[in-house]
Amino acid sequence: MVENSYPQQFNDSTNQRFNIKYMNILSLKNVVKTYQDHIAVNDISFDMPEGCIFGLLGPNGAGKSSMIRIITTITQADSGTVYLNGEPLNSSHPAQIGYMPEERGLYKKMEVGDHLMYLAQLKGLPKADAKQAIDHWFEKFGIQDWWNKKVEELSKGMQQKIQFISTVIHKPKLLILDEPFSGLDPINANLIKDEIYEMKKQGISIIFSTHRMEQVEEICEHIVLINQGKNVLQGTVKDVKAQYKENKFEFKYEGELPADFNDHGNVVKETPGSVIIQLQENESSNDFLNYLLRNNVRIQSFNEILPTLNEIFIRKVGAITAPQS
Amino acid sequence: MNKLWLIIQREYLTRVKKRSFILATILTPLAFGLFMVIVSVIFSYESDDLKRIAILDKENILNSISDENNLIFKFEDAPLSELKENFEEKNYDAIMVIPPMKNLQDTRLTVFYYSDDPPGLDMRLMIENKLQKSIRKYKISALNLDAKELESLDTKVSINPEPIDESKADVSAMAAGVGAAIGGVMGFIMYMAVFIYGNMVMRSVMEEKTSRIVEVMISSVKPFQLMMGKIIGVGGVGLTQLIIWAILIPIISMVVQGIFGFDVDSSAEMSAAASQIDPDDLQGWIEQIWVEILALNWWAIFPLFLFYFLGGYFLYASLFAAVGSAIGDDLGEGQSLTLPITIPVILALYIMMVVVRTPQSSLATWSSIFPFFSPIVMPSRLAFNPPMWEVIVSMLVLVVTSLFFVWLSARIYRIGILMYGKKASFKELGKWLFYKG
Repeated sequence: MVENSYPQQFNDSTNQRFNIKYMNILSLKNVVKTYQDHIAVNDISFDMPEGCIFGLLGPNGAGKSSMIRIITTITQADSGTVYLNGEPLNSSHPAQIGYMPEERGLYKKMEVGDHLMYLAQLKGLPKADAKQAIDHWFEKFGIQDWWNKKVEELSKGMQQKIQFISTVIHKPKLLILDEPFSGLDPINANLIKDEIYEMKKQGISIIFSTHRMEQVEEICEHIVLINQGKNVLQGTVKDVKAQYKENKFEFKYEGELPADFNDHGNVVKETPGSVIIQLQENESSNDFLNYLLRNNVRIQSFNEILPTLNEIFIRKVGAITAPQS
Repeated sequence: MNKLWLIIQREYLTRVKKRSFILATILTPLAFGLFMVIVSVIFSYESDDLKRIAILDKENILNSISDENNLIFKFEDAPLSELKENFEEKNYDAIMVIPPMKNLQDTRLTVFYYSDDPPGLDMRLMIENKLQKSIRKYKISALNLDAKELESLDTKVSINPEPIDESKADVSAMAAGVGAAIGGVMGFIMYMAVFIYGNMVMRSVMEEKTSRIVEVMISSVKPFQLMMGKIIGVGGVGLTQLIIWAILIPIISMVVQGIFGFDVDSSAEMSAAASQIDPDDLQGWIEQIWVEILALNWWAIFPLFLFYFLGGYFLYASLFAAVGSAIGDDLGEGQSLTLPITIPVILALYIMMVVVRTPQSSLATWSSIFPFFSPIVMPSRLAFNPPMWEVIVSMLVLVVTSLFFVWLSARIYRIGILMYGKKASFKELGKWLFYKG
């Protein structure tokens, strides 16, 4: 397990003192949040580098929502500090954060245009800018004629689009998306996905909270895994996978395998012409490949099998939290 | 501050622009006008109900009886059996048989009224009234009494209150009646306003919670701003509605009077006729009532009414908001939570009804200081010139209590709106008060 490398106390204050540009858009330091009957967030610390897509993972009830509520200033931590751009959270920060909760909601009786104007102005956008931004997004999504439609007249998917626009309309520095694809059809999901990449290109940092591992693997660069209020794993997706690799390889071949090849490791799966093997700890892939070549096995392909995040997730958290897809 | 203003604007405009609001605001005064028209039609319909009555009066007791515009009396000599046979030919509605008076000292007389169509209550009272008057005249002449002397036996007594301390306002008996009526109306308006607009706030909070918009809102604004914005916005809606009604209702009633020639006086005359009030007196009364209404210190009453409207509204609306935040999507589930709020409002209404009749009682004093009653009770006393110190104390107590409950409700609200799928009890609400943010 990789040790979490938080900037040390003295680094932290040095950075502030010399006003060095903070590399992390978001840092949580020993954040604790207790509700009457349970500890929702139990001493969580992590850093989120600026401009990345950051996966916040965890089974239901792990404390993701409680943490997001703290980051979005909806609630306050009992102890510990949240830094946004190196500053402890303050009242100017909500305008820099865009938050799309898992449970979507809009005022059903309001007209779409008025609704977006309202939410944009609450985020501090002047009226004219808000209008311009809405026009921009309407054009982008090809929904220019929606301004006077009531929210309740729209389908679920359409409402989601509006919800997404309302989340990003004020050009937040930090975007928090809680299960953004739930309830979206593949076309709209792709539309939102493209927008997420677009945002990233513009330098917006995105927290992507989910328990759907295949989406994380596809989209996120960094992850933090939360379970029972605790941070159990964090790092880049690549590092995490490397850390959890099990020396497992798959190779395809022609001809005969030497009889003693399974002395080199544990055969996980064998089909005609293909083997998945977990090599013994002291054996490297090169050694094994050499051994095969020496024994005149014609190798067609040889590659390492890295664990999926799903496997890692289940290994860390337990089978109860297997994702439903 | 800017955010609060945005929230107020939205809460106000979305309601005021709603078709249902516009309809209710305009239709209510129209319905009021329509009601007046219907009442006038009902009254005129009653007077169209013409009755022809044959009187069999051997002793000529009723010789002084006179016709009324819907009552025609005709004396007949023929025997009852013959009259009954010719009843329809002669176009009578009834036959009245007056038995001979054996003893002039008798104070009871039973008159027989033959008809297949018994008289209505009003008709019966009117006929009885006419019979009593003519029998009285008959007895006066039969007993050789002096009508004038008799008249002087009845003395009308009225108490006219005068202050001992000259500086105190002179309250006439009429003023007291007018004060009670106006006080009752104002108290009732307050009662309705607290309920209607308080409930509006509660439903709106519930809606925000169930539609989950609240989570998005709270990531931009503070719960307190959202709650206050809603309370102030809905309060503005209430004021708008009341002001429009205050303007439209008098205009529409004037228009109705102009078109239908119906006025309050004539309907009052009708009831006066039954209760034996001289129509001339009545005209004087009505004029006097107007004098009293205009003599009231409206420059003090109106701002104070507004003050109590706002104070009472903030007090109750904030409580309704707190309860709304604790209720899930099911209104029925929240009934037990709203009950403690509605009970003081209803109690206040009953106290108000007593207080308009006894505006100087200790009940009046104390209930108009107690902040849960004062918004309804005090406006009902304003027409009686309550002592200055009572008004000031009552206002201070109301302001402090309102602020306290707004604060208290905000503490419950900020937790309640984020609690999903949990039925809250009072114990729970109490705990929320002490939660950290």
